[in-house]
Amino acid sequence: MRPTAPDAVKILVAGGFGVGKTTLVGSVSEIAPLRTEEPLTAAGLDVDDLAGIEEKRATTVALDFGRISIGQDLVLYLFGTPGQQRFWFMWNDLAIGALGAVVLVDVRRPESSFAAIDFFERRGIPFVVAVNGFHGRHPYPAAEIREALALPEHVQVLLCDARERASSRDVLLALIDQLIEAASGAAAS
Amino acid sequence: MTGGDAAGRLVRPFTLTGGRTRPSRADFTLITTVTAVEPQPARAARPQPEHLRILRMCAQPVAVAEIAARLDLPVSVVVILLSDLLEAGRITARPPHLVSRAVDDLELLQKVRDGLGRL
Repeated sequence: MRPTAPDAVKILVAGGFGVGKTTLVGSVSEIAPLRTEEPLTAAGLDVDDLAGIEEKRATTVALDFGRISIGQDLVLYLFGTPGQQRFWFMWNDLAIGALGAVVLVDVRRPESSFAAIDFFERRGIPFVVAVNGFHGRHPYPAAEIREALALPEHVQVLLCDARERASSRDVLLALIDQLIEAASGAAAS
Repeated sequence: MTGGDAAGRLVRPFTLTGGRTRPSRADFTLITTVTAVEPQPARAARPQPEHLRILRMCAQPVAVAEIAARLDLPVSVVVILLSDLLEAGRITARPPHLVSRAVDDLELLQKVRDGLGRL
């Protein structure tokens, strides 16, 4: 009667500070997003931009995550990854075993997601870009945002509302479809 | 507990405890799934209170990140406690599914897709 451990996979949700990563995770997760905090050493702190971060948080890095059980034997974890550049030493660990990533973009501050895009491109980690509308509004069409972010053709750009479960789910589905397509392509060749 | 060497690694010095065939601390990732062994080994040393809390938590399979969040402890600290339990034969650890991005993963991806579609 001992329970069997399920297979575990993860998807990363990245993007600038305050872009709605935890909101997206929370809207699809079967549990309220959980948080783990890791103390940072001085090495991680010699950076300029502390704006918008409470003092208390300045010495820890927080990860918010959620979970989606897929049947009995498979669990998908969603990890909201720290958006601040100085935390990125953590990303190597985070990226291991990830199916892919969602880069959330705030239309008001698209540049805050550049670094995440660079990271996944350089690592060859498949990702989609999801534009999280402020209050669900989307003043720019996807094509315009693609251009602003100088995204290559193969990267999907989606407009979403991270507060809505269906919208967040569709972003994840778009990523999975992209992965399936790539894997099918590998099978055919 | 947080000795904090220069690189901020709580883990590395302990992985050198040497020569074990069991997985080392390095094998605990955020989504490694941990399950308490049942029945618990009779001869093992009495676990500490933190260990007992973890054992209760992983009566059902649970991920390392989840244990850390629920104990409100850094992952690096939880990993050390888990390693103690693993070495005492009190838990089993299942590593995450390693993604090869290859054909083998098609079935897995399809399963994830179906699961998400049901949300």
